[in-house]
Amino acid sequence: MALVTTTKGEMDETLLEKKEGSVDNDNEYTTWVEYWLEGELVHRSAHVQLKKSVGLKVEAASFG
Amino acid sequence: MANTQSMCTSFMGQLLNGGHQFGTITLTSRTSLTAPTADSFKAALYLASATMNASATVYTVTGEVSGTGYSAGGVAVTMGTVPTATNSSATAGVAFVTPSASITYTTVTLATAFDAVLLYNSTQGNTAVSVHTFGSQTISAGTFTLTMPANTTSTALIRLATT
Repeated sequence: MALVTTTKGEMDETLLEKKEGSVDNDNEYTTWVEYWLEGELVHRSAHVQLKKSVGLKVEAASFG
Repeated sequence: MANTQSMCTSFMGQLLNGGHQFGTITLTSRTSLTAPTADSFKAALYLASATMNASATVYTVTGEVSGTGYSAGGVAVTMGTVPTATNSSATAGVAFVTPSASITYTTVTLATAFDAVLLYNSTQGNTAVSVHTFGSQTISAGTFTLTMPANTTSTALIRLATT
């Protein structure tokens, strides 16, 4: 029996409706999982894999 | 041989380590003047409605997420890997660093959509380092994890590169 942390406390996963999804683009690969109880969202987790760095371009300027 | 105008790659790496000081600045002591300790960094989440961008100078609670299990200021960032500086040619180089572990907010409820994280230096007056955005998220009694890109010259989270 797998337990899921929910807004109503620990619940048996078999009592819940599970939904999963993902987003994959140039910036991120994200997965998420939701558990619903009788139409109410009781758990949502997300995992974001960042793909892009933030960069700073530096330059040695010319004279004149 | 010929001379080539360029920024020295080693300098960029030293910048990431606080190795140069061109002007005056007020710092929190790093214990030793000659062998200073590394600073600590934190990661705070910001609402999709916030305005967090390159103009950020310090961590602020304005626009920060709030909810069960989340503490203002966010969580500590593990910087277990020292910055690296690598030459790719006589005129080009990259200095880079990436947190060595995922940034995780465990068992939180963040009901209002958020889409950005601010990395900031919690040792040096909470000074801002970088803002990273992602698709808007909410979390309900769950865990939000930010996994870092590979720490390479092209994908490291923070990069200084010659033009």
